[in-house]
Amino acid sequence: MDMKATKKLGLKERYSLMTRDLAWDTTYQKMEDVFPQTTYEGIKIHDWDKWEDPFRLTMDAYWKYQSEKERKLYAILDGFNQNNGHLSVTDARYINVLKLFLGSTPPLELMAARGFSMMGRQMNGAGPRVACQMQAVDEYRHFQTQIHSISNYNKYYNGMDEFAHQQSRMWYLSDGKSFFDDAITAGPFEFMVAIGFAFEYVLTNILFVPFISGAAYNGDMAAMTVGFSAQSDEARHMTLGLECIKFMLEQDPDNLPIVQRWIDKWTWRGTRKLAAVGMMMDYMLPKRIMSFKEAWEMYVEENGGALFKDLARYGITIPKCFGQTIEEKEHVSHQSWIGFYMKPGATPFHTWIPTPDEMDWLSEKYPNTFDKYYRPVLEFFDAQEKAGNRFDNKTAPMNCQVCVSTMKFNEPGDPMEMCFRESIYKGEKFHTCSDHCKEIFDNEPEKYIQTFISSHQVLQGNCEPEGVDVNAPDFQPGKQILDYWKLDKRALGDFNGSEDQKNFAAWREQATKN
Amino acid sequence: MSNAFIAFQKNDDSRCIVEAILEDNPNAMVDDQPSMVKIDVPNRLVIKRETVEEKMGRSFDLQELQLHLITISGNLDETDDEFTLSWNS
Repeated sequence: MDMKATKKLGLKERYSLMTRDLAWDTTYQKMEDVFPQTTYEGIKIHDWDKWEDPFRLTMDAYWKYQSEKERKLYAILDGFNQNNGHLSVTDARYINVLKLFLGSTPPLELMAARGFSMMGRQMNGAGPRVACQMQAVDEYRHFQTQIHSISNYNKYYNGMDEFAHQQSRMWYLSDGKSFFDDAITAGPFEFMVAIGFAFEYVLTNILFVPFISGAAYNGDMAAMTVGFSAQSDEARHMTLGLECIKFMLEQDPDNLPIVQRWIDKWTWRGTRKLAAVGMMMDYMLPKRIMSFKEAWEMYVEENGGALFKDLARYGITIPKCFGQTIEEKEHVSHQSWIGFYMKPGATPFHTWIPTPDEMDWLSEKYPNTFDKYYRPVLEFFDAQEKAGNRFDNKTAPMNCQVCVSTMKFNEPGDPMEMCFRESIYKGEKFHTCSDHCKEIFDNEPEKYIQTFISSHQVLQGNCEPEGVDVNAPDFQPGKQILDYWKLDKRALGDFNGSEDQKNFAAWREQATKN
Repeated sequence: MSNAFIAFQKNDDSRCIVEAILEDNPNAMVDDQPSMVKIDVPNRLVIKRETVEEKMGRSFDLQELQLHLITISGNLDETDDEFTLSWNS
C-alpha cells in the first residue's frame, strides 16, 4: 500500500474544519429556544456563517500560543521578584499607580471573563462562539496574571490586600464597576459593542500600550510583562469587536440605528472611564513617555477616526460625543488628579503635588490649559500643605447616575464652570455629569435608577461594617466607612510622610550598601 | 487616508519582523518607544511570511505573531502567507 503524506491543511481550511464544521443546528429543540437572547435587542441576523474570525485561530493553536505567552510571562516575573525588582522602580510614588490599577482592573477582567463566557454560550454562530470562548479564557488569564504580577509588591507596601473586597464598595471604583454592570446586563450584541469595541478598542489601547510602555520606562518589569502579554490578546479582542460591528451592519440595514446608538453610548462611557488612566499617565508615572493628550490623539482620535471613516460605508457616523472628547483631552487628567488629591482620607493609595520639574513638563504638554487652569490650583494646595494645612475634603462626592464618575468635569466650552445635568423620572431627580450621560439615562431610565452610588448608599445606612445598628438613636451614617471598606490606614494620606516612602528609601539604601 | 498600524514587544523575533515589514512596506514609519515598537503604514500594512523567514533564517508561522504583538489597527486578514491590516477609506 502506498502511503502518501497528505499536505498540511491551509489556515482557511483548518479554521473552517475546526470551528463551523464542528457545529450543528439543533433538531430536538428549536434553535431560537436554544439561543434565546440574540433576537430581543432588535438585531436581525440572516446568516451566522458569514461571521469569520480573521485571525482564523483554532483552539489547538490557541492553547499552543497562550501557553508560550504564559511561560515567558512567569519567567520574567520570577526574575524580577527574585532580583528585588520592587526596589528598581524609579521612585516609591510609582507604586501607587499599581494600587489603583489593582483595584480597578483585575476585577473588571473577571467581569469580562463572565461576560464572554455568556457570549460563548449565547451566540448562534460557531465562529463568534469559539472567538468568545477564547476571549473568556484570555480574560481569566489577565485577571490572574495581573494579581500575580502585583502580589510581590503587596509583601512590602500598604493598601493592596483588600482590592477584591473594595471593588463593589469603594466610591472611586464604582465607575469601572458600573461600566461592566451596564454591559453585562445588556443583550449580547450590545455587550459586544461595549466591551469588544469601546473597552478593547478605546480603553485598553491606552491602558496597556502607552501606559504600560511607561511602566517599563519606570523600571517595572512585572507590570510591563503582564500588560503587554494581556495586550497581545487584546489585538484579537479588538478584532472580534470590530468584526461583530461589521457583521451586524452587513446582515441587515435595520441594524444601523441600533448599532449607531450603541457606538455613541459606549464611546462616551469609554471616554469617561479613561479620565483616570489619563491621571495615571500624567501624574503617577515619575518618568513619562508621552502625555495622556498625545496618547489620546494617537489611539483614539487617529485610530478611532480611521475606524469611523471605515464604517461610513455602512452609514455609521462619528459618535456625537467625539467633539467633546477632543476638547476634554486637555482637561480630564488634571481634573481627575485634583479630585483624588482632595480625598487623602478615602483611597488606599497616596497622592501628592507634582514637583516643579513635573509641573513644567505638564505646562509644555498642555500649553492651552495647564498654566491657565490647573497649575494655580496645585500651587495653592502645595502652599497650604507646607503651612501644615493639607487639603482634606471629608464630604461624600456627588456622582453621575450613569458613569458614576464624581462630578468634576467642566461645562463644554467653559473650563471654569462645572457641568451638571438632571433628569426627572417618576417624580425623582437624577443627576448626570454631561449631555451624553444624560442622553444615556433618558434612553433607559429604568436601568440607571438602579445604579449603585456609594454616597447615596452610605446615607441610607447600607455601607456599615457588620454589627453596626443602623436604627440606634445615635447612629451616624458613614462614621465607620473606612472599616466598611477595610481600608488600610497606613495607605491613607499624602505620599509625603507615608510609611511606603520611608520604607522604600530605607530598603533602597540597604540594597546598595553593606 | 488612515494609517494601519501594528505594535510589538521589543525582542529578537520582533526585530526581524519589523525588518521584514520595512522591506515590504516602503511607506512604513517606525515609532520607537520604551520596550515596544509601533509601525504605521498609510492605508495598508502587510507582513509576508517569506520575508520574515528570510530575516530570521528559519521557518516562521504567521500565527507566531500572537506571541509578540501588542496592538493592531485596521481590518485584518490572515492567511498562511500574509498578515494584512487595511482601511477602506
